[in-house]
Amino acid sequence: MSLAVSGSRHLQALFGSLGRLARNPLATLLTLLVIALALALPAALRLLVSNAQTATGNFVNAIELSVYLKTDVPLAKAQQLAAAAGQRADVAQVRLISAEQGLEDFRTYSGFGAALAALKQNPLPSMLHVRPRPEYTSSAALEALRRYFSAWPEVDLVQVDSQWVMRFNAILEVLRQLLLIAAVLLGVGVLAVVGNTIRLEIAGRRAEIEVTKLVGGSNSFVRRPFLYTGVLYGLGGALLAWGIIAGAIALLGEPVAKLARLYGSRYVLSGPSPPEVGVLLGAGVVLGWLGAWLSATRHLRSIEPRG
Amino acid sequence: MIIFDRVSKRYANGREALNNVSFNVHNGEMVFLTGRSGAGKSTVLKLIALLERPTRGNVLVNGRNTQALKPRHIAAFRRHIGVVFQDHKLLPDRPVFDNVALPLAVAATPLREIDKRVRAALDQVGLLGKERLLPLELSVGEQQRVGIARAVVSKPPLLIADEPTGNLDPDLSREVMRLFRRFQDVGVTVVVATHDLHLVREFGQRVLALEGGQLIGGAVDTLPSVVATR
Repeated sequence: MSLAVSGSRHLQALFGSLGRLARNPLATLLTLLVIALALALPAALRLLVSNAQTATGNFVNAIELSVYLKTDVPLAKAQQLAAAAGQRADVAQVRLISAEQGLEDFRTYSGFGAALAALKQNPLPSMLHVRPRPEYTSSAALEALRRYFSAWPEVDLVQVDSQWVMRFNAILEVLRQLLLIAAVLLGVGVLAVVGNTIRLEIAGRRAEIEVTKLVGGSNSFVRRPFLYTGVLYGLGGALLAWGIIAGAIALLGEPVAKLARLYGSRYVLSGPSPPEVGVLLGAGVVLGWLGAWLSATRHLRSIEPRG
Repeated sequence: MIIFDRVSKRYANGREALNNVSFNVHNGEMVFLTGRSGAGKSTVLKLIALLERPTRGNVLVNGRNTQALKPRHIAAFRRHIGVVFQDHKLLPDRPVFDNVALPLAVAATPLREIDKRVRAALDQVGLLGKERLLPLELSVGEQQRVGIARAVVSKPPLLIADEPTGNLDPDLSREVMRLFRRFQDVGVTVVVATHDLHLVREFGQRVLALEGGQLIGGAVDTLPSVVATR
């Protein structure tokens, strides 16, 4: 079979499938809607996660470890420790605040300047502000960092700030797992919906399939239009899901922006990025094709012409 | 073209349709397959078109033993056989053109070639100009001729017909038989199963007479005794 011929065969099958779908608009629409909802749910969850991540993106930079050194650690030693910590791969920045500087700051900002003057010696320790790299802000990574500093004999206390950010990240992690589970379950749902629709269509066209096999139509020839139907269902459902999500984003955009403004943020809700849309449409096509293939391969085998 | 070598066929329900049947059909020959309903005519045709497989014995079609054919080669095998049915098995929701084009479509024939050959086939059966009609808009005789056009459109070397005149009046039946004869004239091997013995006598081809699953006659001159048994 030449490429051009097989191409035109495929086109014919494609238009044949389109025509059949168009002839049954209500049933087609219902099937598309079910597929669209099954695809839209994980997609929406994915957007929720990515939006929450963007909205809180600044918090990642707010994660800091405060490493309090013992008061008897000399400045030179503190500087040495800061330099060592700065070498670590998971550390973005180390800021050393010497005891003198700390006292100075305290005097300037706290309003207790006069009281401090009464002290014979500086009660404050030197400390390190350690900011981890953004990719090392998971609770496990932070815990590892904390343990690293705690192990130093010069260190008195390590405080991990922004516990709540870590909790928030943990929640996001749960959501991400949930997204995965939902995507798998609903993907199987799409397979079942497409497979069942194809099964019904095969049953309705039994006579045609028998005759086609009788005149020498191979299994793959008979199967082809059903595969196209499956792909069209998947693609149509994915497009509809995209529409549903775009509509939801449009409805939510203004209230979310308002909410963000009240928190002094200029955050705006973002829709799916082009690669995300690509994944959505691709998932629709692949699931539609696979559902049709499974169903058609199974059910067409049982249809053999009888004389 | 066709060799039946001691063929028996027992269906799953236990009915023995053919019992030790042997015959040859030569290239370019036209033979009638006669017998009452249930005599095994349809089974012979089903074994030729590989709709069924023999329980015992060998069926050779076009030099190929159908027993040895793998399932994935059956489709290609059937493309070399044109089949005509009593109920013609047309697709009622497709126009005449699409029905006739089906065997070419499954063989991945280029579109322009399909167009040419469908018209040629419809011309042969006298239905040129009715391509866009649906089968139900045609008379019974015309529907049967569409079925014949579909059977010959891919120019198969073998044409088999199961009671092709079963629903037709004598004039239309004669017309259909003449059509088959014309295909034989251009070298096609034709096997027609029929119980219409008047027609068989009129056309004077070799007759394979079946009774109760056994071959009781394989030549034209056995015909009178067959008629006598009716």
